[in-house]
Order: sequence, then structure tokens, then C-alpha cells
Amino acid sequence: MSGTQGLQAGLTSMQRVLTALGHQEPDRVPLFLLAVMQGARELGLSIEDYFARPEQVAEGQLRLRAKYRSDCFYTFYYASIETEAWGGGTIFRKDGPPNAAAPVIHEIADIARLTPPRIEDSPGLLRVLETTRLLAQESRGEVPIVGVVMSPFSLPVMQLGFERYLILMHEHRELFARLMQLNEAFCVAWANAQVAAGANAICYFDPISSSSMVPRALFLETGFQVARRTLARLQAPAAMHFASGRVLPIVDDLAATGAAAVGVSSHEDLGTLKAACRGKISLLGNLNGIAMRRWTPAQAEAAVKAAIAAAGSGGGFVLSDNHGEIPWQVPDTVLLAIADAVERWGRYPLDWCQTA
Amino acid sequence: MPLPSEALQQSFLALDRMRASELVAVAATELPPLQVIETMVRPALEAIGQLWEQGDCALSQVYMSGRICEELIDGLLVGSASDASRILTPQVAAPRLAIAVLEDYHLLGRQIVRTVLRAGGYEVLDYGRQDVEELLDRVCADRIEILLVSTLMLPSALRTRMLIDGLRRVSPQTRVVVGGAPYRFDDQLWQEVGADAVGLHAGEALTIVNRLTGEAP
Ligand code: B12
Repeated sequence: MSGTQGLQAGLTSMQRVLTALGHQEPDRVPLFLLAVMQGARELGLSIEDYFARPEQVAEGQLRLRAKYRSDCFYTFYYASIETEAWGGGTIFRKDGPPNAAAPVIHEIADIARLTPPRIEDSPGLLRVLETTRLLAQESRGEVPIVGVVMSPFSLPVMQLGFERYLILMHEHRELFARLMQLNEAFCVAWANAQVAAGANAICYFDPISSSSMVPRALFLETGFQVARRTLARLQAPAAMHFASGRVLPIVDDLAATGAAAVGVSSHEDLGTLKAACRGKISLLGNLNGIAMRRWTPAQAEAAVKAAIAAAGSGGGFVLSDNHGEIPWQVPDTVLLAIADAVERWGRYPLDWCQTA
Repeated sequence: MPLPSEALQQSFLALDRMRASELVAVAATELPPLQVIETMVRPALEAIGQLWEQGDCALSQVYMSGRICEELIDGLLVGSASDASRILTPQVAAPRLAIAVLEDYHLLGRQIVRTVLRAGGYEVLDYGRQDVEELLDRVCADRIEILLVSTLMLPSALRTRMLIDGLRRVSPQTRVVVGGAPYRFDDQLWQEVGADAVGLHAGEALTIVNRLTGEAP
């Protein structure tokens, strides 16, 4: 495997990220360039073959970090690896992320008889754990390893299908509560298994809690409670990621979930988010991954500058895309331009921002 | 007093079925069903779509409004002889509409758009999930005038280019309206795939279909 040395002089990625998450200014704005499927391209494999072997995914992450100078390793495979554990399937395609096959819960009433799977019985989850262990050996504590879970509140979209889940949430509150209980048990076990394997932080994907998906009042009764209970049981700090859903209506509620950071959307003004979150909860975002496909290097640089100007001051900011995964179609030149722009414009103190 | 459509909109957002059905019942004592739909139900759904697009309401409210609305319309038409859309759509102007999800497994967007169109009085064939080839065949066989295509994944949205190239060859009169998350993050994507129009929220489907129907092919 390729080593991790020599990427940055000065602070290690771990020091940089911890300083930023502590709401202090490190040497520069940390970059989480969340390339996932791109590892397959680096190794010359199809996306399906790539995810079939944990050592390939570890190698992919090492190569991607060497290339794009990201400040983390990201052990995300794809969302439906969790529903595989519950008995579901995954559909692969050549040019994009895998998707969940048919829902595993056929009737809402079946929730009464459901039990959560054990991590050790799921080959997919075991692969992710193996990738995590391999990366932990390489990182030697210098590069944060970010693991991923679907939130108990968002997972049911894949378990049941979206429509049926909305009906469950609105019209069958008891079975909804039971499903949350099962999913919370699963999520905590899955997150903590990743921490035991070497993950330093957990990205808790919860777009259904976003205000694009449910109104604040419903969030406070549901996703908020689920997040608070679940995050309290995790053995590592968590970022609550909304996968590019909006959060402004609930932004003041988020620190109380226990999350250390929040992944935010390009659909919302980063400066406004920063004003609401400064000193309380860190921001992760918010470059538009889909638009990146057609960016020129100059546009990439401008987007990085704008994000840093809006949210960089005082730390509490990690530059990233707004979804938690860069689309397959984004050209290399754009990703390299993003990495260059962070080096150039992300150095603290951000004097150029004041004069700009 | 708020306009009846605004009151209906509020009852939808609050998911207050009782209030919504009272409002419609009151209106129905004075107006024929078609007009209740046109002056109340349809503006309420369009407004909710718009609110969602601006970030001022949530998808759960959009979806549940559609569900309540379907019940209301069924209620309105109880006792009528034939199916809802036939009564509601002035037959002369009715375009042949179909909706599909292209090479994608995410069906909710299509479901919501279909509901809105039906509530707006349009009859729409629902093809469900389709591949390019299969969809081309069906559009030709059914002589579809306006095809609505929903995708959630970016690669699926990009496949729409192939669909539209195919349609231009085999069914050049068919207009294509696209929508779904990728178009909401890239405002040039609809033109890149060659669509005739894009809807950024479900309510826009009505405005667009109206507009395209008014235009000569
Ligand atoms: C909630 C969410 C999740 C949830 C649930 C997803 C699901 N539905 O299955 C979870 C956490 C499980 C998830 C997982 C994933 N997600 Co996700 N997710 C989202 C989010 C926040 C909302 C998606 C959604 O379902 N919305 C509800 C639908 C109904 O909304 P909609 O398509 O926009 O439709 C509305 C309008 O656009 C319009 N409309 C829709 N179609 C049409 C058609 C016409 C003709 C018209 C006029 C209008 C119209 O009407 C609707 C109502 O107004 C979006 C980001 C976002 N902000 O939208 C990402 C997003 C959809 N996810 C994305 C991805 C990639 C994934 C994963 C593949 C990640 C992975 N590698 O595993 C998985 C796939 C999951 C699966 N099912 O297999 C990407 C897809 C684009 C891309 N990059 O390819 C998005 C867009 C994020 C992003 N910004 O890139 N996700």
C-alpha cells in the first residue's frame, strides 16, 4: 500500500481537524474531499468489483488521499450496505452509486415481528470494518478515519420505501416507535463496531430530519429525539449530515442532538448558517457536488473561496461537498482545483477575507 | 377572510383532513366540482409545491397534501358516472400524458407529480420504472404527446439524453418534461439532456403541461 507520509508539512490532518472542530483556527481550513466510487477508477476496477474486497477500498482511499490531499479517510461504501444486513439487495451500475433493491419490510404490520441483524452476520458490514482496520494501521492516528451510518430515522426509506415510510410516520405511531427502537439498537452497534475497528468519527446521515423532508415540529417529535438518544450512545464524535437537505429552520436545535458538526446544503446561505452555528457546532460543506460536473478549475476555485469566506473564520468549518459523496461524473481536474484552492485560500489567518 | 384556496392550503399543510373536507364541501354547495378543483384545490397544491421549492415547507407535507387531496376529489365526484379525470378534463384540450421513472428505483417524485396532475384534472398514464428502450416503445404505442420523466440519481438523469434522442427519431411530436433532485442542483441539466421543460417542484407540472398544451407542436 502507498504510505501516508509527506502530504502536509506542519500539522497532521488529525490535529488540523480537531483544532477546527474545537472552534479554533488551525494552519488551514481542513478539506474532506469525500471521493468514494473514485477509488474504483484509481484501481481500474468496476464499482461493483471494487466494493467486493475491503483491501481494495482501503487502497482506493489511500490513493485518493495522496492525490487530493483530503484531511480524512472515508470508509463509506454505499447506503444500502446497511439494508443488505437486514436482508435486502443492492443494484450496481457502471456509472454511479449503487442503490437499494426492493424494500425488505413488505407490510407495515411486519415491523411488530422484526429483529435487528447482528453486525457479525453481515458480510457487507464486515468488509467495511476490515477496510477501517486497514486504514487505521496506515493512519497511525494522524489521519482521521470517518465511518458512516444511516440514521435510524432515515434508514426506513430503504427498509420500507419512501411512501410507506411517510404513512408509517404519520399514521402508525406505535409501529414507527418500534422501528426506531430496532434501528437505534442496530445503528449504535454498527457505529461502535466501526469505532472499535479504528474509526475516529461517525458521519450520521439523516436527511429525513432535514427541513426539506419534515417540518420542524415533526422533526422535534421524531428525528431529533432519535438523534439525541442514538448519538449519546456512540463512542466517537458524530457529524449529523443532511445529504444536501435544508436545515435553517432547525439549525438552533442541532447542537442539542449532541452532534459536533453538521453537513449543510448548497441550497442555503453558508454565511447565515455560520452566524447561527459559530462556536456551537461546526459546519461541513457545502460545495454543490452535482454542479461540480460542469465546473471549470476557475469556477472550482471561486466556489472554494466563497465557502471559506463565508464560514472559515474562527475555525468550526471543514470544507466538503454538500452531499457526503462526490458524483462519479465530476472530472479530476475539478477535484484537483478544489484541493489547490484550499491550499491557496484556506491558510489561516484568512487575511484576504477581511480585505475582500 | 383568506381566499378559500389559501384556507385549503393551510389545512393541507397542517394535515387537517377534516378542515380540508369541510372547506371543499362548503365550496361544492355553490360551485360545480370542476370549478372547486380549478379555483381551490389546484391553486392550493401549486402553492404548496412552490413553498417546498423555496424551503418553506417539507416534502412530508407535500406528499400528505396529495394524499388528502385524492380523497377529497374522490369524495367530490361520488355519484358521478365515469372516472374522475374524464369529468374534470375538458375533452377537446386533453393532451395524452404519461409519466415514468427512468432507470431509477426512486418512485416517490413520480407519485407526487401524478397525484398533482390528477388533482388538476389531467388523465395521466403511469408507466412506473422504465428503461430507455421499453419507454420509447410505450410512448410510440400510446401516441403520448407529453412525457414526464422523473429521476433522483444523477446518472439516471443523464440517461434522459439518450431517451430524448430516441424520441426525436421515433416520436418527434412528443414533448418531454423532466424533474427530480439532480435538476434542482444543476440549472443547466435539463437543457443538456434536451428536455422541453423542467419542473423544480411537483406543482410546476400543471403550469408546464398547460403551457405545452397551449403551444402548437
Ligand atoms: C433523503 C435522501 C436520502 C435518503 C432516502 C433516499 C431515497 N429516497 O431512497 C437516504 C439516506 C437513504 C439516501 C441515500 C442515498 N442517496 Co440520497 N438524498 C436524499 C435527499 C436529501 C432527498 C431525496 C428524496 O427522496 N427526495 C424526495 C423526492 C420526491 O424529491 P425530488 O426527487 O426532488 O422530487 C420533487 C421535485 O423534484 C419534483 N419532481 C420530481 N420528479 C419530477 C418530475 C417532473 C416531470 C416534475 C415536473 C417534477 C418532479 O417533485 C417532487 C416533489 O416536489 C437528496 C438531496 C435533496 N436535497 O434532494 C439526496 C440525493 C437524492 N441522494 C443522492 C444519492 C447519491 C444517494 C445514494 C446513492 C448515496 C449512496 N452512495 O449510497 C443513496 C441511495 C439510496 C437508495 N435508495 O438506494 C443524490 C442523488 C444525485 C447523485 N449524486 O447521483 C442526492 C440528490 C444528493 C445530492 N445532492 O447529490 N438519500
